Amino acid sequence: MDLRFGDSKPTDEERAAVDALLGPPGSAWEGADDRTDTDLRWARGGREARERRDLLLPGLHALNDRVGWISEGGLDYLCRRLTVPPAEGYGVATFYAMFAVKPRPATVVHVCTDLACATRGSAQVCAELERDLGPAGSAGSGAVWQPSPCLGLCERAPAALALRAGEAPQAAVVAPATAGAIADAASAPHDAAAEPPAVAAVPQSGADGLVLLRRVGVVDPGSLDDYRAHGGYAALRRAFALGPAGVIREVTEAGLVGRGGAAFPTGRKWSATAQQPDHPHYLVCNADESEPGTFKDRVLLEGDPYALIEAMTVAGYATGAHRGYLYLRGEYPRALHRLRTAIDQARARGFLGEDVMGQGFAFDIEIRRGAGAYICGEETAIFNSIEGRRGEPRSKPPFPVEKGLFGKPTAVNNVETLVNVLPILIEGAQAYARTGTDTSTGTKLFCVSGTVARPGVYELPFGATLRELLELAGPPETLRAVLLGGAAGGFVRPDELDVPLTFEGTRAAGTTLGSGVVLVLDDGVELPRVLLRIAEFFRDESCGQCVPCRVGTVRQEEALHRLKDRTGAAAAGDIALLREVGQAMRDASICGLGQTAWNAVESAIDRLGAFK
Amino acid sequence: MTAIPLRPPRRLVDLTLDGEPVRAPEGSTLLDACRAEGKDIPTLCQGDTLTPKNACRVCVVEVEGSRTLAPACSRRVEQGMEVRTDTERARHSRKVVLELLASSTDLSTTPRAAEWIEEYGAEPDRFGADAARMDEEPKVDNDLYVRDYDKCILCYKCVDACGEQWQNTFAIAVAGRGFDARISTEHEAPLTDSACVYCGNCIEVCPTGALSFKSEFDMRAAGTWDESAQTETTTVCAYCGVGCNLTLHVQENEIVKVTSPHDNPVTHGNLCIKGRFGYQHVQNHAQNRD
Repeated sequence: MDLRFGDSKPTDEERAAVDALLGPPGSAWEGADDRTDTDLRWARGGREARERRDLLLPGLHALNDRVGWISEGGLDYLCRRLTVPPAEGYGVATFYAMFAVKPRPATVVHVCTDLACATRGSAQVCAELERDLGPAGSAGSGAVWQPSPCLGLCERAPAALALRAGEAPQAAVVAPATAGAIADAASAPHDAAAEPPAVAAVPQSGADGLVLLRRVGVVDPGSLDDYRAHGGYAALRRAFALGPAGVIREVTEAGLVGRGGAAFPTGRKWSATAQQPDHPHYLVCNADESEPGTFKDRVLLEGDPYALIEAMTVAGYATGAHRGYLYLRGEYPRALHRLRTAIDQARARGFLGEDVMGQGFAFDIEIRRGAGAYICGEETAIFNSIEGRRGEPRSKPPFPVEKGLFGKPTAVNNVETLVNVLPILIEGAQAYARTGTDTSTGTKLFCVSGTVARPGVYELPFGATLRELLELAGPPETLRAVLLGGAAGGFVRPDELDVPLTFEGTRAAGTTLGSGVVLVLDDGVELPRVLLRIAEFFRDESCGQCVPCRVGTVRQEEALHRLKDRTGAAAAGDIALLREVGQAMRDASICGLGQTAWNAVESAIDRLGAFK
Repeated sequence: MTAIPLRPPRRLVDLTLDGEPVRAPEGSTLLDACRAEGKDIPTLCQGDTLTPKNACRVCVVEVEGSRTLAPACSRRVEQGMEVRTDTERARHSRKVVLELLASSTDLSTTPRAAEWIEEYGAEPDRFGADAARMDEEPKVDNDLYVRDYDKCILCYKCVDACGEQWQNTFAIAVAGRGFDARISTEHEAPLTDSACVYCGNCIEVCPTGALSFKSEFDMRAAGTWDESAQTETTTVCAYCGVGCNLTLHVQENEIVKVTSPHDNPVTHGNLCIKGRFGYQHVQNHAQNRD
């Protein structure tokens, strides 16, 4: 590869940011300032550097965290260090919403305007920000604000996240947000009021019967000793006693299925990965929780981070992986901090590393931060993102268990799925499977948001009805609809609240559990606005790879714009158009994003009678 | 003598295509099988010299047991597969894909686009006059070729040809996301500041005419481009000893474009700047010199 770089030079800051990640450059070939005689004799490092392509995304983060945007000189230097063609580096940098390739202030405030926040006044907040700070995207007084998709802070809606670049990057969560609080956080992120503890998002805290949430608020999330004092690492000990095949047998017999939305049997996935002759195997934990209205993983990660570390170790042991990647969405600063601490401590104490718990099993975990792309939660897009490519889904087959991360057999699991493995190993498969229904075993986390009295993460055994869940959360007096499963899910009417919350039950009712979103809308909601927001979300988040989704999501949004104030016969033409485009997106898109981009709109038209 | 590379014999798998039992070599695609049976499936992003990207989704067919439609260009044949190419569902998706493309992109120079739009009854106008389009001006930043991204369907073929599949130059990539995604150099720099080596292999694979010779672009603008008046002569490039085949497209005794046969075992359709663009000396007539 003969790469051509421009003349732009990095600033000292940019150079320092990249070098802090990659180490100092070895020679002028890799961007060192002084060219030595040796450099003229030997060109080195090409292949080695190329093999580190997966550091491109961390490198872009390093630049963005340091100066707030990615300049030509900075990108060029990073690409030179990693032997990445600058055009490709630019393609990757422009893929992610959190990066900018044009100058902008060091402080950027992301203001959530998504579904849950919209029910709680995000429009008002934006209007005030526009008045006080100027329109979105305009750089004034050292900060810029921009509307954002769901920030995963729905229980405290409306939410905002202020990020300030610098030598020590700062982040401040403002939720519930007011224009004043946002302005304060933007001017001094480090002085922002402390976030409430993770347990504040768990209204059931202290109740009997909690399994996944039982340690949240009880255990100190920063202490490995405390985690162990509360039953931590008993499951891994049991896993070592069972052996990899034994772990997979338990997980299979427990009937655990994936909680990310697709409900694929976890045991089958693990066993298929473990059996692959190709090596090495990889484990990827999908913590890129971005479905609007979902925040359960965040609560787990912030409240009980060691549980995920332990569960990933078990998964690695079962699937024969020695390296796990934890892909965390970029908008979760507190979860990032807690996980980093947890991984460091676990490594220092021999729970990660060359010889886990003295059992001769090597396993380590690396955190990779997302940078604002919903699509990277797709199970193959996440591989491309980690590998330093654009986060575009791959076409299947081949499936991840065969050719996944770096082209090697990979098990990719959601946070909630992995954490379920701990009770399975501790209680045994039979005991675990006694909770829930025959085909949906165990408990499920639900993210209840919108117009309820007690929004938050609820844990209920599979089979509880939607009505029971809403009773816990305090439903509004005049319920209009419940959105199950998020933007890719479907609406449920007030007369359908007895639908059992299981994978099979929701499917039979023509909707989906998805990632566990339960967004409650009362009578005051403007349904066309909600649908338009969903359509905007998919338009923004489409990766652009395939035509049905790239253009279809735009046409869907345009039609919903036209439909905003129309009903009955005036709406019929556009509804027919939506159906036709929706069918093609569902049938012909490459991945789940395009295939589900019309689900919620369709269910609103068919079940709620929107635009009638 | 032409060298014909011999491959090990391939096992044949049995499948049904629109109800008819057919046999296809293991590892071939559904598109190969369809074409072998004389079935015409529209394709845009598929290229005979490139690994399928299956991005355009205009070739989708129905595979029994599959929840979604499958792209014929990249789905491999499997024993016992039941494939239907002409179902209502497959035709519907193709129609909508054509509508989505034609409503957002200028398909005026895409071979067969008009024919397919008619065949599938596509009505690109029904999205209204305000439907978002690519809205790009042609990029004319060098004397050799023009990038008119208003005609671009983002099929990735030029990126693949420029990058690891052929040229290994990596001058262009997809930048941006979703509907705002565009083929771009780094920081949208003009080609002259990019890594481009002007091999023109991207033009060779472009299915829509978004990438074209400057000569073709100018003649189209002047209304003098006339493919029916052109002859194609395949010859051997005289610049070096490799012996690439060149196909000279000649109109009114002027070379207006150079391609290379895709089945040529040396070039696979690829050339370098000399073969592709270095033809001016042939027609450096007295009247041109003045």
